[in-house]
Amino acid sequence: MSALRLTGEQRAVLEGGSGEAAALAMRIVCRMAGVAGATRLRPIASAHIDGCIYFGDSMLDFAERLVELGAQVSVPTTSNVGSIDLIHPELFQGPPETAAGARRLMDAYLAMGCKATWTCAPYQLQARPAFGEHVCWAESNAIVFANSVLGARTDRYGDFMDICAAIVGLVPDAGLHRDENRRGEVVFDVTGLGEELRAADAFYPALGHLIGLQAEGELPVIVGLPAEVDEDRLKALAASSASSGGVAMFHAVGLTPEAPTLEAALGGEPERRRIEVTAAMVRASRDALGQMPPGTALDAVCIGTPHFSLTEFAKLDAVLADLDPPALASPFYVSTGRWVWEEARRRGHLERAERLGVTVVVDTCTYNTRILPEDSARAMTNSGKWAYYAPGNIGVDVAFGSLRECVLSAVAGHVVREEGTWA
Amino acid sequence: MTIDVRPLTPGTATGAPLRLDESLSFWGGFDATTGAIIDVHHPQRGETLTGRVLLMPAGRGSSSGSALLAEALRLGTAPAAIVLGRVDEIIALGAVVGEELYGVGCPVVSVEGELPSVGGFSAAVVRSDPDAGRGELELREG
Repeated sequence: MSALRLTGEQRAVLEGGSGEAAALAMRIVCRMAGVAGATRLRPIASAHIDGCIYFGDSMLDFAERLVELGAQVSVPTTSNVGSIDLIHPELFQGPPETAAGARRLMDAYLAMGCKATWTCAPYQLQARPAFGEHVCWAESNAIVFANSVLGARTDRYGDFMDICAAIVGLVPDAGLHRDENRRGEVVFDVTGLGEELRAADAFYPALGHLIGLQAEGELPVIVGLPAEVDEDRLKALAASSASSGGVAMFHAVGLTPEAPTLEAALGGEPERRRIEVTAAMVRASRDALGQMPPGTALDAVCIGTPHFSLTEFAKLDAVLADLDPPALASPFYVSTGRWVWEEARRRGHLERAERLGVTVVVDTCTYNTRILPEDSARAMTNSGKWAYYAPGNIGVDVAFGSLRECVLSAVAGHVVREEGTWA
Repeated sequence: MTIDVRPLTPGTATGAPLRLDESLSFWGGFDATTGAIIDVHHPQRGETLTGRVLLMPAGRGSSSGSALLAEALRLGTAPAAIVLGRVDEIIALGAVVGEELYGVGCPVVSVEGELPSVGGFSAAVVRSDPDAGRGELELREG
């Protein structure tokens, strides 16, 4: 294995010339360069921090140690969700000491110069990375979106590495920063599926779940998605594939910027494997995300994982306008970022939802912290990622369905299915 | 039986081997307070990882996996060592930070291929020295 070579300037940082915080950050970046097999470090234009969500004191120990040592980020840095909604802290149902730890952790990242964006969908903020730009993004769904949909370049970074890279402005020159690792390897062909199925919104998280399970570390190329697939659907697919597998990038031929053709997506190499996706496989994937029989009483409906976009708020508003329910029988939560929330309200997308008692959660998410009442046992979602993690994280059984099914179920207070597309 | 492995984070550790049939995301899949697998989709849900030499095909899922491993190292619930089928930076990072903060490491190594079967072996030893580029996994019977 070739050893990491540092420039004189980088070595000086490692030896403490830029302070103890930068030296600690550089030590970790260099150790990870060794793990990745990198021979050099490369500059980044921006960073996104996943480590601001509170799971225990190790996270506080690390962040507060950096703050004590005087750490400051050296590139524009956005923040992922925390464990509490700072604008609506009363929504948190867990123990007060957890809320206090969550707040301290978020404060530590602000003290280091991170922006208070608190969103897992930084690609929905106004400024986002340009095509070909190198960044350090943590948060699995943001990583796969940045690489695949934006054509920006980030490797699969974890908590702690994100802030270290933001402090020194450098990452190992390895993984998805390099051309040779961005070539597609395994083809998922969906051209055999009916148009109606490919037009269904629940198809995208279901397909992402299937791809995550079957990619086995190879970079997926999807062939046969309709040309009009929007970013919301690509987001849902991406998030789901990163939850069920370690997918950090995919190509969708004709849709994503590095895949104008299958040949381009494969980078001129032959495909290693091809999977012909059948309707039965997609249906099984949807059911694996969570099925409860129609009529099952629901304690909550949760959408917005990853964080709801402006266009998704418009879609929700359109479904509510179409169904025009007098009231919702189940508590209904939408998670989003504070910027999108304010903008959605300004555009008038929230009036109907708020009148019906929909709870908008910002800065955090309903599946990774205690927002639902403790006795909630059954919930419905349109998110493959929420469906995947909520049972382990917050102890609920999940029904997975489309946005429209989620609204219909909330109106009825129990699971409602529209099987037409899937039968 | 001893096989050469790629060393990712340093240390030497011994424990009863546990081979996972499917990859696990530490975040969302592992409870750092109890050391148990909590991923409802995982076939070995309920198994305890504490003190084990954990063999698994790959990392998976959330970026917060590193935080969960560091937290488990803080609480003393972490695996003794981790043997991966392929390199996973997020897992290695958790071990690096655990060492940096608490001086408690967890050697992480990669076999770059099929994981060995651990049936019939009661103990596993992982020796990992990334600076020297040397790593090995020894499986012992009885």
